Amino acid sequence: MRGKRKGDRVFHIIAIAAAAYTLLMIVIVAFSVGDGSREIFSFEGFGFFAGTDWNPVDGRESYGALPYIIGTLISSAIAMVIGVPISLAIAIFISEMAPSRISTPLSFVIELLAAVPSIIYGLWALFVFRFWIRDLIEMPLNNAFGGSIPFFSQTPFGLDVFTAGIVLAIMIIPIVSSVSREILKAVPNSQREAAYSLGATRWETVRFAIFPYAKSGILGAAMLGLGRAVGETILVTMIIGNVVGIAAIPSSLFDQSQTLSSLIANEFNEASSELQISALMGLGAVLLILTIGINIGARLFVSKMIKVSAGVRE
Amino acid sequence: MSSEESFNVDNSSLFKSLNDNTYGSSSATIKHYKLSIRNLDAWFGAKQALKKINLDIMPNTATAIIGPSGCGKTTLIRCLNRMHEMTPGAGARGQVILDGIDIYDNKRVDPVIIKRRIGMVFQKPNPFPTMSIYDNVAAGLKLNGVKNKGLISEIVKESLEAAVLWDEVKNELDKPGMGLSGGQQQRLCIARALAMQPEILLMDEPTSALDPIASSKIEELVYNLKKDLAIIIVTHNMQQAARVSDYAAFMYLGELIEYGPTNQIFKNPKKELTERYISGKFG
Amino acid sequence: MQQKESRQENYREKIQDIMSRQSSKKKLIDRIMSAVAIVCVISALIPLASILIEVVKNGISAISIEFLTQPPGSFFLGHGGIAPAIQGTLIVVGLASLIGAPVGVLAGIYLSEYAGNGIFPSMVRFFNDVLTGVPSIVMGIVGYVTIVLLLGSFSVLAGALALSIIMIPIVVRVTEETFKIVPNSIREAAHSLGIPKWKITLFITMKSAKNGILTGIVLAISRITGETAPLIMTILGTSLFFTSFTGPIDALPLRIWRLASQPYESAHSQGWGAALVLILIVLILSVVLRLLVQRKAGFKINRATF
Repeated sequence: MRGKRKGDRVFHIIAIAAAAYTLLMIVIVAFSVGDGSREIFSFEGFGFFAGTDWNPVDGRESYGALPYIIGTLISSAIAMVIGVPISLAIAIFISEMAPSRISTPLSFVIELLAAVPSIIYGLWALFVFRFWIRDLIEMPLNNAFGGSIPFFSQTPFGLDVFTAGIVLAIMIIPIVSSVSREILKAVPNSQREAAYSLGATRWETVRFAIFPYAKSGILGAAMLGLGRAVGETILVTMIIGNVVGIAAIPSSLFDQSQTLSSLIANEFNEASSELQISALMGLGAVLLILTIGINIGARLFVSKMIKVSAGVRE
Repeated sequence: MSSEESFNVDNSSLFKSLNDNTYGSSSATIKHYKLSIRNLDAWFGAKQALKKINLDIMPNTATAIIGPSGCGKTTLIRCLNRMHEMTPGAGARGQVILDGIDIYDNKRVDPVIIKRRIGMVFQKPNPFPTMSIYDNVAAGLKLNGVKNKGLISEIVKESLEAAVLWDEVKNELDKPGMGLSGGQQQRLCIARALAMQPEILLMDEPTSALDPIASSKIEELVYNLKKDLAIIIVTHNMQQAARVSDYAAFMYLGELIEYGPTNQIFKNPKKELTERYISGKFG
Repeated sequence: MQQKESRQENYREKIQDIMSRQSSKKKLIDRIMSAVAIVCVISALIPLASILIEVVKNGISAISIEFLTQPPGSFFLGHGGIAPAIQGTLIVVGLASLIGAPVGVLAGIYLSEYAGNGIFPSMVRFFNDVLTGVPSIVMGIVGYVTIVLLLGSFSVLAGALALSIIMIPIVVRVTEETFKIVPNSIREAAHSLGIPKWKITLFITMKSAKNGILTGIVLAISRITGETAPLIMTILGTSLFFTSFTGPIDALPLRIWRLASQPYESAHSQGWGAALVLILIVLILSVVLRLLVQRKAGFKINRATF
């Protein structure tokens, strides 16, 4: 009897320790980022958030995160504007339109988009996709509106914030459409039947009965996509053009830029001073706060509608 | 149109496929049927749920569909407004003739549009939770292109009155529909269906989720509504059927066993199965 | 009565007139929106097809025995291979999994079998969810500050730590959910036979949950195999084979990145070849293995949500 109790106690302790370790991980993360960025924050203070310099020259060092905050926001905004509607359309297609012999393989294929590592997205975007975008979208827009609309000025050659935004849109499709699909499933069928019995078409049912019900859940799904786009690093480093300082604030869609994460990746291995490394980690701190905020907000919205499961379904 | 008027309409071509299960009168004074069901089969995947149903519904009447669970009552009325086939794997074959036109004739009838003329109320009240009471009732009108605000508000008032809900909510029309009690929500759904000015109202066990007081309110309004439309009400409550309906159809295992005036069905059933069900021996 | 009837008829006439005018517009809009949905679906499938095609098309020419077994040589001469990167990926991912899988499973078991809804388990669940949203570059910072600075050099350990922090929350979630699905009757039956709880959990409940958990672990492994950002700051990348756990090492995603940044065509070609190897590993892990295991397990785990 005593042995049995001892075995249970030991195992219980091991399990608690493992769970405690996961809490420790978040502490380690916060600590690492905080400790690494301590130097830059004591050097620049809160001016770090608003500054636009990026000068590693000894004696005149000065670093500011603002251009990269803007770059992150703009590239993510493009990703959302393009990616969220497409993801919603796919979720609606799978959940309301397609018969199961199409929707099952289709959802599997969409998941494949999530399985592709971002370095491979980067490779493809750098050597293939950007030429499509440049030739099919950017050049025509630039030729037609380059003089008149500031969005489309700047001679495009495909490595810019616009292309980054489009590829980010593709990358967020799996998560936004899959969570949206869960949300749509949670809308009770009785709502659909009520709309159909009043003579609504399928689109009208989606628009008047399903969307209003699912609104907050879909917002949560979109925010999860935003978090994904904001945090993406390697894809962005490869196609956003790699500029620093004020030049990183894009003056048009076809201009080069830099995001918080892409600059860290681009400069880390060549950083010349402790302060510069600390500045990069300061960017990491901004990134961490931003993504944690987005993630918490997203999960609040989603759980408002349904309980978020790990995706394990029967 | 009241049921006392009879029309010497020659509908004999419609009735060519009559068999012993129909209950039309002789061709001398054929009453004008509002809805005629002819040889209706329905299935879910491989399982057949309705077998050769033949039934005529009179205008301005309430017809109760009764029978034990699983007999196909709900399937039947869902076939009458073409909702049945929306379930994956479900289908129906046969004719459902509304005022001379078969609603299953896809060349002449659009399954979406037909629902404007045949309304439905469901077992569990399902008002739209994000809409106010007013918007709920107006929902069908707005969905189908009615924009005139004056017309809409007249119809909303009239529908809520017909559903005996107007007095209770007339000062709170902009409050959310979900804030009402269960019985009120169901009357709201009835008002919503009535706003479309349907010619036929299908009701699928509308009071089974409600308490007796709320149920009797709805029974009363059904009784009053049949002056304006034909109502087909599925119910497993035989007393309700006896109270509310003019005609009753008894179904068992997907077949129509007997159909006739309610009095006759309950007091003098012709089939033994009917008699056994009425006297509570099964179901 | 007469008045009421005619008013109703009146309404009916009016609205049926208006409604019938809307009928064709209604149907047209419905058809357009259906077409839009289909276009969106296709627009998501085209990039996927293009990626797979390009990787195979451009990468296949680089694949050779030399490519897979030799260290990098001079790009100019088009020699050499990515063997250290393959080895490095296996080692770093392997080490990360060795840390991440057991910790994740045990923590998940804690949440499912031992925890209630108190503050501690709620915090564990909450922060695990938060961690899944943290960008992987930040994990690189973690690895850098904790281990690289501590040991004074870029190392396998740092990379493994960073990857394990990415892996653990995924495994915790999958384990908890999978264990929760196992019906209580199994535990109760074992309990009534006098079997101690820890044995029930590890041997009996686990048996039912095994497939789901394995699938989750495999998915998590496929995810960290493809990660580049955390490795930039932790393992540095090198042209040499593994020397020690405290020394730098190469990995496939890192090598692809470096190759792509070179101006030489031959480097790009090798980059595609490495990408082909990487995507094969990832797809085999996340697709093939999962389909095999799932067919036995009978339920699905959605990779896209993490």
